[in-house]
Amino acid sequence: MAEVRLENICKHFDEVVAVDNFNLSIRDKEFVVLVGPSGCGKTTTLRMIAGLESITSGEVYIGDRLINKLPAKDRNIAMVFQNYALYPHMTVFDNMAFSLEMRKRSKDEIKQRVQEAAEILGIQELLFRRPKQLSGGQRQRVALGRAIVRNPEVFLFDEPLSNLDAKLRAQTRLELKKLHERLATTAVYVTHDQIEAMTMGDRIVVMHDGFIQQVGSPLELYDRPANKFVAGFIGSPAMNLFEAELNGAGDEISLRAGDFTLDLPPEKAQHFQDYTEQKVIVGIRPEDFKQAAEHSPGKTIPATVEAVEPLGNETYVNVAAGNVALTAAVGKRTEIKPHGTLNLVPIFENMHLFDSRSENSIL
Amino acid sequence: MAIERVVSKVIKFYVPLAAYLAFLLFPFYWMVNTVFKSDIELYNMDLNPLYVHSPTLGNIVSLFTETIFLRWMANTFFVAISATLISLVVSLLAAYAIQRLQFKGSGPTGVAIFLAYLVPQTILFIPLAHTIFKLKLWDSLWALVLTYPTFLIPFCTWLLMGYFKSIPKEMEECAMIDGASRIKIFRRIILPLCLPGVLSAGIFCFTLSWNEYLYALAFISSTAKKTVPIGLVTELVRGDVYHWGALMAGALCASVPVALVYSFFVEHYVAGMTGALKE
Repeated sequence: MAEVRLENICKHFDEVVAVDNFNLSIRDKEFVVLVGPSGCGKTTTLRMIAGLESITSGEVYIGDRLINKLPAKDRNIAMVFQNYALYPHMTVFDNMAFSLEMRKRSKDEIKQRVQEAAEILGIQELLFRRPKQLSGGQRQRVALGRAIVRNPEVFLFDEPLSNLDAKLRAQTRLELKKLHERLATTAVYVTHDQIEAMTMGDRIVVMHDGFIQQVGSPLELYDRPANKFVAGFIGSPAMNLFEAELNGAGDEISLRAGDFTLDLPPEKAQHFQDYTEQKVIVGIRPEDFKQAAEHSPGKTIPATVEAVEPLGNETYVNVAAGNVALTAAVGKRTEIKPHGTLNLVPIFENMHLFDSRSENSIL
Repeated sequence: MAIERVVSKVIKFYVPLAAYLAFLLFPFYWMVNTVFKSDIELYNMDLNPLYVHSPTLGNIVSLFTETIFLRWMANTFFVAISATLISLVVSLLAAYAIQRLQFKGSGPTGVAIFLAYLVPQTILFIPLAHTIFKLKLWDSLWALVLTYPTFLIPFCTWLLMGYFKSIPKEMEECAMIDGASRIKIFRRIILPLCLPGVLSAGIFCFTLSWNEYLYALAFISSTAKKTVPIGLVTELVRGDVYHWGALMAGALCASVPVALVYSFFVEHYVAGMTGALKE
């Protein structure tokens, strides 16, 4: 049981800055997800915690121990790799027993602990098979088993679900979350999949270009993205983001984009006094649109339907309003057909505005 | 339709294969053929040379009685096995270090080792002879044990480097987190996984050392210390007299160990040369 603290962590590969000034304090038993597009530095950060990558500057603590210079084997962590990294020449039992063997535990203890871990994961009957005789999902479990058998202070996961098919991934996601609750161990999980991040993390760290963009609970990130990147990254389908210009003054501020204008409600307008006559970026989530029967200037966005995506539980409509492309969720079933017109009414309370230069949220 | 397919397979596959095999195996056939012929039959131009008319073991007997063939075999075994072991140990460590430790200059070191392999033996044996002389190893089997690795290590190192490359790095990293030291990782994870590669490298070393001619000819002079290839040629060709029967008997006996080694490990050898780690 331990908290993990990363203070001013930087990682440079020659000239390339992979991670820049990373600060994060992970509480004991917390499940933290590092998420971001590939090359954002999330895996590098994880590998620095694991001791597989040297730290250019900054300090990493597990509990009270400064572990910068500590070799990986002395950090009391366990890691699950994307390709599982099972030892192909060993049986499942030997794979799981390897770390205990290296730590010179007694044969009886090893047997007992491997059995326990196998029971938790439901892989008792696989113990004497070799990795190549296992399916992808089974290998994944063995990799997990190998991690939990040691009872480490911290679990590190490096995209452990990305080699599974979609259905198995959803199932394993749930199991992993249950497992974390059962074992109550600090976990750091790296993924590029925002759905994994949203469903599994107690807290999510969104990274981009080596920087932390925002840290928060899944719904915090969803409801109050700190900048345009987070807004576009979290949520599926992605938030609609388009450039607009704010005009007017006082309570009467309107927003102009493409070939439509929207009058902001007075309570919202007050926030944006400083941004009038300027370009801003507007963010509206697909589900934050209602429909109106008729177009009324200043209130609705008239749009042409380009494509309809019925998913059964929800239907997404891709529309074009002038040169602005939007996606709107229109409920379970719809009569809307491509090439038809649609009058969208944004829910202003849930609308986001971002500074067009800094791309930070304006609130 | 089916017949057509069979015919086409015979023409495209079995006929060329048979021709190729005949081409490859003919020298061996000639060798075996000669061993069991008496000199009178061998030099009688009226008889069909492809066939043994009155088989005899005389050549084999004379090989074992008139020369110290068994001694040469023992020498060759000693040299081949020692050179193979030395080369394997050195190449394994070198290949692992170059491929995985990523120390400063690991790339150039790899290239340098490869360049050493490109230097022809016929050029290298002059400075090597000088070195051997200085080390006072002239006319000693150790001269061969120490010089053979000069051409064995480069090849094996490159073969094994390719092999190590195919082992996912994560496997080692996982072992590292599991608490294994470098040496334990090497012994418990890497070595078992590249056993086919090690076997191919070993077979390669063994065959090359077994057949080596130039260094053995240059560094060994006393009859009792000769290896089979040198012994046969220097002792069974006297002046301009070729003792064909005994020569061929020697060649036959000397090819048996190599053939055995190959037939035992042929599958691993192919897997090792193609270098793939199949999960």
